Amino acid sequence: MSSIPHDHVGGHEHGHEHRPAGLMRWLTTTNHKDIGTMYLWFSFTMFLVGGVMALTIRAELFQPGLQVVHPEFFNSMTTLHGLIMVFGAIMPAAVGFANWMIPMLIGAPDMAFARMNNWSFWLLPPAAILLITSLFVPGGAAAAGWTLYPPLTIQAGMGMDLTIFAVHIMGASSIMGSINIITTILNMRAPGMTLMKMPLFCWTWLITAYLLIAVMPVLAGAVTMLLTDRHFGTSFFNAAGGGDPVLFQHIFWFFGHPEVYIIILPAFGIVSQIIPTFSRKPLFGYASMVYATAGIAILSFIVWAHHMFTVGMPVMGLLFFMYATMLIAVPTGVKVFNWVATMWKGSMSFEAPMLFAVGFLFLFTMGGFTGLVLSLAPLDMQIHDTYYVVAHFHYVMVAGSLFAFFGGAYYWLPKWTGTMYDEGVAKLHFWTSLVFFNITFFPQHFLGLAGMPRRIPDYAQQFADWNMVSSIGAFGFGFSQLIFLYAVVKCIRGQGAKAPARPWDGGDTLEWTVPSPAPYHTFETPPVVR
Amino acid sequence: MVRNRKGQVAAARTLIAGVAGLLPALALARVFTFQDPVTEIARQQISLHNFIMWICVVIFVGVFGVMFYSIFKHRKSVGHKAAQFHENTTVEVIWTVIPFLILLFMAYPATKTILFYKDTSSPDMTVKVTGYQWKWSYDYLQEGFGFYSNLKTPLAQIENREAKGENYLLEVDNPLVVPVDTKVRVLITANDVLHSWWVPAFGIKQDAIPGFVRDAWFKAEQVGTYRGQCAELCGKEHGFMPVVVEVKSKEDYAKWVAGQKQKVQAAADDPSKVWDGKELAVRGEKVFAANCAACHQANGKGVPNAFPALDGSKVVNGPKGEQLALVLNGKEGTAMASFKQLSDTDLAAVVTYTRSAWGNTAADALQPAEVKAARK
Repeated sequence: MSSIPHDHVGGHEHGHEHRPAGLMRWLTTTNHKDIGTMYLWFSFTMFLVGGVMALTIRAELFQPGLQVVHPEFFNSMTTLHGLIMVFGAIMPAAVGFANWMIPMLIGAPDMAFARMNNWSFWLLPPAAILLITSLFVPGGAAAAGWTLYPPLTIQAGMGMDLTIFAVHIMGASSIMGSINIITTILNMRAPGMTLMKMPLFCWTWLITAYLLIAVMPVLAGAVTMLLTDRHFGTSFFNAAGGGDPVLFQHIFWFFGHPEVYIIILPAFGIVSQIIPTFSRKPLFGYASMVYATAGIAILSFIVWAHHMFTVGMPVMGLLFFMYATMLIAVPTGVKVFNWVATMWKGSMSFEAPMLFAVGFLFLFTMGGFTGLVLSLAPLDMQIHDTYYVVAHFHYVMVAGSLFAFFGGAYYWLPKWTGTMYDEGVAKLHFWTSLVFFNITFFPQHFLGLAGMPRRIPDYAQQFADWNMVSSIGAFGFGFSQLIFLYAVVKCIRGQGAKAPARPWDGGDTLEWTVPSPAPYHTFETPPVVR
Repeated sequence: MVRNRKGQVAAARTLIAGVAGLLPALALARVFTFQDPVTEIARQQISLHNFIMWICVVIFVGVFGVMFYSIFKHRKSVGHKAAQFHENTTVEVIWTVIPFLILLFMAYPATKTILFYKDTSSPDMTVKVTGYQWKWSYDYLQEGFGFYSNLKTPLAQIENREAKGENYLLEVDNPLVVPVDTKVRVLITANDVLHSWWVPAFGIKQDAIPGFVRDAWFKAEQVGTYRGQCAELCGKEHGFMPVVVEVKSKEDYAKWVAGQKQKVQAAADDPSKVWDGKELAVRGEKVFAANCAACHQANGKGVPNAFPALDGSKVVNGPKGEQLALVLNGKEGTAMASFKQLSDTDLAAVVTYTRSAWGNTAADALQPAEVKAARK
């Protein structure tokens, strides 16, 4: 880890900010902090929209029978919930953190391509509008699941076309964001900040950005083929015309598996910043963390078909993808061991960011273990497409990525706003989230093992008890997130203690050398890292 | 700060009360794990799952035992001073290699089970399963019959106007029926979109893919009724197309097959029925259109130098036995194929039709019984 000269002050308030006021400031800004802020607010808004959809799903599943919505609308809810949470909430949140923090962590004045940065953000609201308005077009929104498997997608109405365009736009945004992040990290590090001295968050994002550039075009290709199959007479996925519906699944998951690491790696990075800070001890095994991240990224390209064990592939295919998938446990295990070793013999304190990081570690590992169970092809034959899978990926995406992002938000809120968040409120947010998360998702393991398929609006009577428990948990979890909103708004309004430049005594990265709130322009003169 | 701590205590109390309120629900819950297995595959899956879970639990307790020990002992509030070590190559190599070895232990039984799972060779019988939006159909290829299998749960139960039955959403009108202790191979395909045929008690799940046929197998060891569901999102009624398999003893299965065959025959034509000539000709016109008109043309004129005309043909206006022999066996060296795959009644009908159609004057009816006799 880099050693930071603490006498250096990196922030300069020159008073020569020629930024327009009001809406124009946000439309035209090229400032990485403004853009990061917009990404984070966009992400949180989409998180609430996707959350309302999740609660619609859980309301319908509160009891057996159809009570709240029609089956077709239910399918639209599961589809849009997935797409909005993945592409609208989690990914933009990660980019928001990258925008705010990467320049400050490497001592750069801004992102490399400031105008492209603006554009890659402003592509997102139109995509979100397309997705949400698709609910109101004839035929309703896409209802074939976020995986968009044909031939079901070929049957759908124009809501599907809006979804396809939305995916195209979000993909373009992600690619531009990635190019920006890679260029910034490779070219704009402060003198002395070698790659192997970078804070780990920069490393995980660098690798994530490469993954994004590799796979977003693949997704764009897949949905474009859907579009031409739907409207222009091609038969990529239609056996009657010489195509194959399973081809789509191969292409989709060649994107989709790296995608899940795109979602989790930035979270790994944030946790790798938080745990050393609150353990007051350097990150254990920095180099092996970097190698493990790279290892996970490389493996992610050769495991895609484990999402397709039940399509009926040859047994050699099953074995290859099973073994490759199991291997991912090795670098992931290294990361977990390194985090625990970082905590070992530290001098720990448990402010909200650390609580979320520990919660992440504990629950993400559970999701990792269920992932290992799912990787075993003979078991996957039984639990594929059941609630076990739903439980598994919510453990890694909600208790994994989302918890890490909450941790990151509390960690850097003092730097962003200049005000300390309310620790009591933040802790309440953590504990309610933790408890309700487990009430929601832990019973879903039982449901899946016992034979409840996913994506069904109604279910047999023996599944009723756990579904009711799960729905109660979901509403608790959903409303708990308003506590977060309250905590953030309080900070922004300056209601709280004034934050010092370095609110965490264990923080030794460059962002803590500038004042809080961080000035509009930081590191116009690069700091020197020794 | 004091106010916050009070708030936290209150929040913790509320949470504990909330969780405690849920406990009775947990005690009432009926399902925790796999359904009782009735095949070797399902049994192997369960033992594999338990084996893996125990390994995971041991690792989990080990790793998080260390973490929680550290959380309680190495905290600032108890005055612990931070050490500054940050790497140890030996330890890092060990915790890379050991997980790898554990994975080998897991891979061995998993490989054995998956090889067993995929071995669909030498089945005792084969059934073709087709997924439709939103029902299944089962075709007994060797026995020559098949049927659709629809959800039987009434809409009133789904819409909460009636009390829900015991097998709510897991009941069908015609279940798949198979004999016990028999290796059944299922050929699985779909008619429209993806479906997935899944019986949890058998441990079998196979996607149904339109345009492609995949297979799976099971050997049920216990007589009974086993219930599963479509597992691949297939549209609006995805949650309403259950899979029900009834496993019968071999004797009961044989009786059931005989019953099904009788039903099929009852639905088919009675070959000993004596038909009126006009009635036969009406049916024969349809058979002709479907099987003969492509060559001989609907007007019976054929295509010069390629397909002979039937209108005015010597064969058609000659003895009906000879015409039937030609239709039954075809004519070597020409495009005239054998049509013995048609039923006795259809053959009788088409011959009768041609003998009175167009300008033909033979006009004598050929009865199905004569066709039956001519086949021998």
